[in-house]
Amino acid sequence: MRIELLNTIKNNSKIDVKDLALMLDANEADIAKEISEMEKEKVICGYHTLINWDKTRTEKVTAVIEVKVTPQRGEGFDKIAERIYRFKEVASVYLMSGGFDLTVIIEGSTMKEVALFVGQKLAPQEAVLSTGTHFVLKKYKEYGVILEDEKHDERMVVTP
Amino acid sequence: MMKDKLSKTASSLPPSGIRKFFDIVTEMKDAISLGVGEPDFDTPWSIREEGIYSLEKGKTFYTSNSGLLELREAICAYQKRRLGLEYDYKEECLVTVGGSEGIDLALRAIINPGDDILIAEPCFVSYQPIVTLAGGNPISIPLQAKNEFRLTPEEIEEKVTPNTKAIMISFPTNPTGAVMRKEHLEAIAEVILKHDLIVISDEIYAELTYGGDHVSIASLPNMRERTIIINGFSKAYAMTGWRMGYVLAPKDVLDVMTIIHQYAIMCTPTTSQYAALEAANNCDDDVDMMKRAYNQRRRLMVEGFRNMGLECFEPEGAFYAFPSIKKTGLTSEEFATQLLYDQEVAVVPGTAFGECGEGFIRCSYAYSVDELKLALERIGIFVEKILNK
Repeated sequence: MRIELLNTIKNNSKIDVKDLALMLDANEADIAKEISEMEKEKVICGYHTLINWDKTRTEKVTAVIEVKVTPQRGEGFDKIAERIYRFKEVASVYLMSGGFDLTVIIEGSTMKEVALFVGQKLAPQEAVLSTGTHFVLKKYKEYGVILEDEKHDERMVVTP
Repeated sequence: MMKDKLSKTASSLPPSGIRKFFDIVTEMKDAISLGVGEPDFDTPWSIREEGIYSLEKGKTFYTSNSGLLELREAICAYQKRRLGLEYDYKEECLVTVGGSEGIDLALRAIINPGDDILIAEPCFVSYQPIVTLAGGNPISIPLQAKNEFRLTPEEIEEKVTPNTKAIMISFPTNPTGAVMRKEHLEAIAEVILKHDLIVISDEIYAELTYGGDHVSIASLPNMRERTIIINGFSKAYAMTGWRMGYVLAPKDVLDVMTIIHQYAIMCTPTTSQYAALEAANNCDDDVDMMKRAYNQRRRLMVEGFRNMGLECFEPEGAFYAFPSIKKTGLTSEEFATQLLYDQEVAVVPGTAFGECGEGFIRCSYAYSVDELKLALERIGIFVEKILNK
């Protein structure tokens, strides 16, 4: 039930427990309990809102930074990753396979702000060997949602 | 001038019960329509992409009359994999323009003037008219809510005559959502064999069977040789507009159907065939995903109707609920019309699918959860008004 529940609320966290119980053929108390347990276990880590900032007046810039690091003795990559993700400007940090070690995603108000952050806070970290900064110019799709899609129901209104 | 020279048979066909509502609903800009008979999902992108690619590659010529050989092979492999049926792709499979053409071919291939064709109703709007056009006599078997709109042997016995050539069944059913499990099919198979009938089994909603797998009547002993299966890609793969259907039947009847198809159609659209090839080979996951979504909404809808005091048997297939509105004292058409004007929600009166649909409405749950909830809320307001009067 847990996986089916997660797949159902994955794209819409606002469905209420009563409807979830009907949709998943379970009882409300079980659903509420399962959700609560998953929150405690950090299987469910949050209920964020997916926002297309380009449609607001707020300036936002996203940068994807490739970081090469020297892994710390006894701690591997975890310590340096932690030093980076603790910054509030850092939205995501992933350990990668391939040509570099960490993908760091930064959000700021301007390119200059992001560039300064990388130059002053990220690159000078002791374990950081090099950084490569790429700015996101346009977001087409995020977390499974096509951002530019204006979804209209084009079906004929009544069909046999 | 033309008016006096028209075919008597064709001009006597009644207009579809759906058409009248379609015209009214189209005028209402903000109406929520639960009247659609097609999925709300787009055709999975990988299928559309294959269709587009085939056009880019210039695959725009006629194919073999029966359909691309590799498509028929893929269809039969799909049938075996998903539905447990084995048909020879070279001799027992024909690709048609939607399930609709399959039905037309089946009837034209078997009917001789004077043949009676039994039709389990309520049913898809085209069965009766196509039987008439093919020169047969459509005989309705009105199914009942107390049997969950399943066909019983007694109901067949009541209507069968020495003139009866075939019986048309469709499970899961549009509009009722009814399903026949193995034991129900076994019971009617006995009567069908007794009277030596042909079965036309419209299984277009086979994949959308909930609470158990679809069973085809053709899988029962001695039934394969007398069954024509109609199926297609419209509902399972959200490919309604592509017009991709197919027929599975024994060689002798399929050969005749193929000849009619050759002369009338030549072949189904080539682009659609290439798209369908991708669907049959690689899109089981998409079908499963859509089925899960429908299943969730199904439960929401049935509960919604029961909560407003309407009786609604649990549909186990397709994407329709068929609640009874008898409690309101209105006819199906009155209910649907008044609901439309009062709350701007469109449903289809059960009578559009046969006289025995009187007292019922068909509501599709091929919509998002939010839209369904809004529609149910509005219907609830209307029902409360009527019941309190």
